[in-house]
Amino acid sequence: MTEPLLSVRDLVIEFPTRRGVLRAIDGVSFDIAPGEVLGMVGESGAGKSLTGAAIIGLLEPPGRIVSGEIKLKGERIDHLSPAAMRKIRGRRIGMVFQDPLTSLNPLYTVAKQLIETIRTHMNVSDAEARKRAVALLDRVGIPAADRRIDDYPHQFSGGMRQRVVIALALCAEPELVIADEPTTALDVSVQSQIIDLLKEICAEKGASVMLITHDMGVIAETADRVAVLYSGRIAEVGPVASVISEAEHPYTRGLMGSIPTLTHDSDRLVQIPGSMPRLNAIPPGCAFNPRCTQAFDRCRVERPFPIDRPGDRRVACWLYDEQEATHG
Amino acid sequence: MADPLIEVRGLGRRFDVSKPWLNRVLEREERQYLTATADVNFSIARGETFALVGESGSGKSTIAKMIVGLLPPSEGQILFDGQDMGKVGTSELRALRRRFQMIFQDPFASLNPRWRVGDIVSEPLRTFGLAKGAEVTREMERLLDTVGLSARDAEKFPHEFSGGQRQRIAIARALSAKPEFIVCDEPTSALDVSVQAQILNLMRDLQDEMGLTYLFISHDLSVVRHMATRTGVLYLGRLVEVSEGKSLFRDPQHPYTKMLLDAVPDLALSGRRRTPVTGEIPNPINPPSGCPFHPRCPVAIDKCKTDVPPSFQTPNGSAACHLLG
Repeated sequence: MTEPLLSVRDLVIEFPTRRGVLRAIDGVSFDIAPGEVLGMVGESGAGKSLTGAAIIGLLEPPGRIVSGEIKLKGERIDHLSPAAMRKIRGRRIGMVFQDPLTSLNPLYTVAKQLIETIRTHMNVSDAEARKRAVALLDRVGIPAADRRIDDYPHQFSGGMRQRVVIALALCAEPELVIADEPTTALDVSVQSQIIDLLKEICAEKGASVMLITHDMGVIAETADRVAVLYSGRIAEVGPVASVISEAEHPYTRGLMGSIPTLTHDSDRLVQIPGSMPRLNAIPPGCAFNPRCTQAFDRCRVERPFPIDRPGDRRVACWLYDEQEATHG
Repeated sequence: MADPLIEVRGLGRRFDVSKPWLNRVLEREERQYLTATADVNFSIARGETFALVGESGSGKSTIAKMIVGLLPPSEGQILFDGQDMGKVGTSELRALRRRFQMIFQDPFASLNPRWRVGDIVSEPLRTFGLAKGAEVTREMERLLDTVGLSARDAEKFPHEFSGGQRQRIAIARALSAKPEFIVCDEPTSALDVSVQAQILNLMRDLQDEMGLTYLFISHDLSVVRHMATRTGVLYLGRLVEVSEGKSLFRDPQHPYTKMLLDAVPDLALSGRRRTPVTGEIPNPINPPSGCPFHPRCPVAIDKCKTDVPPSFQTPNGSAACHLLG
């Protein structure tokens, strides 16, 4: 693989609380290649958004990165000063959040917000910035962009607002876009438009995407590779087609079976018993072991490390350890 | 239909969204109305799951609220077991009320945080006089067991439970009145997929055991396909298509249904080419004339702009589209 654009190694994020330290992200490692779309999927509380927030340096205190490193093109960005981080955020890493209404300032017109962002990061005149902004709005599919640019966010519909947010994220031509549940607040018919747009426009500009979502369907349509997160740890990473069609980690398999589909008929959905543990009650060994049907003694005491699998995949599960295979 | 439990005829609901009187006078504006639902007709047979699917603003929840009596309809009738709910007296309505219950979307908002789970579940038993004394506790514990919780949980408060468990409590509460009919308004939308699977399975098991009838409301087409015996598709407050079983998904008739199905992300990775979806749901205060879908419809003809399409028979149900007439 060529040098990754973004490389996260052994990331650990902790929240000190009155009742002890909670470890929300525990040793997460992954890479994003230039131009690649990496899907990050997991249930609520798995740590998807937290990972994204850590990468762009927007971790809310008291949350903090305890160890591990985050590198953008080989350069560490996890311990930069707020001022240095500000130069990267927006310029080199763009963000698209779930709720378009809260990521736009309601008091400023779209034009002002776009031009401000462009001029902060690029050395262009006001008129040139406006021209770029209009072109970008037009590109993201806002009809009559040269007129609508002077509207306020509330004058746009939900889907249109998310288009504006995408334009805002892309206006400084970042190398990486972190999209945190970009379509969760939208209706299905609008969702598919936004997904297509995000995918197209990032491919056009050569930007990599980290797509955070709980929706496997969105991942299947968009991502090249997918990382499945469980209790702040990566259960499985691999190319999206193989992870979806033949999941290896028991959690991924359960997750895939529990999603009703439009093509497959079944009377009952696969059911994973219980729910994800709270952060103060993550069991020893594999975090998934109490819910796993295939767990054995080792799973309860020793935490599985990521095991390399054929087809550029990695799975953190003792079932795939060669030692187990030869013994058992 | 042979033996409908619920029959809805010409159901409509308008909301007054006018500005205050003084503003209207000064700004010379008319009263404004938002038509949340208009002319909705369907019936639900005993023991079946009728699903309503639609995007936000399509009127799904308004219909649910009117059926359980949380909102009075502006026009039309709702017949429960042959009785017109708008015409029955208070005491009869109270007796009818026991026979239908509702499960809401947000289990964080639908349970009183100051009540213990045991009290929440046993309240309908007391209100409707279904059990007395020690029987109440016994029945409450049995209900908790039915939905997969334990009798010990009765002492706890809702905040001690996860979203999925809270939805189980909401189901136990709905079941405690021994209803025949349950309106489920997006019961799993707030839940993670693995928990959603548990709740959907539970709801199906309960239906098999108790012969329940469901009105299942959701925006998620795959969930609807999994649960429904019949499905109605709503667009801007109008029922555009009704179809039996899975045929809606195999052979959609209305252009909107086709578009909606095309928009669902494809987990099967079939790589199918889909028609790109265009536009968004228009503002219901000023809905388009004629067929409400015509501005987004790829096959609209002139007639669609002027005439509201009536409902036509299709191989597996009915659809409101001029092209099918």
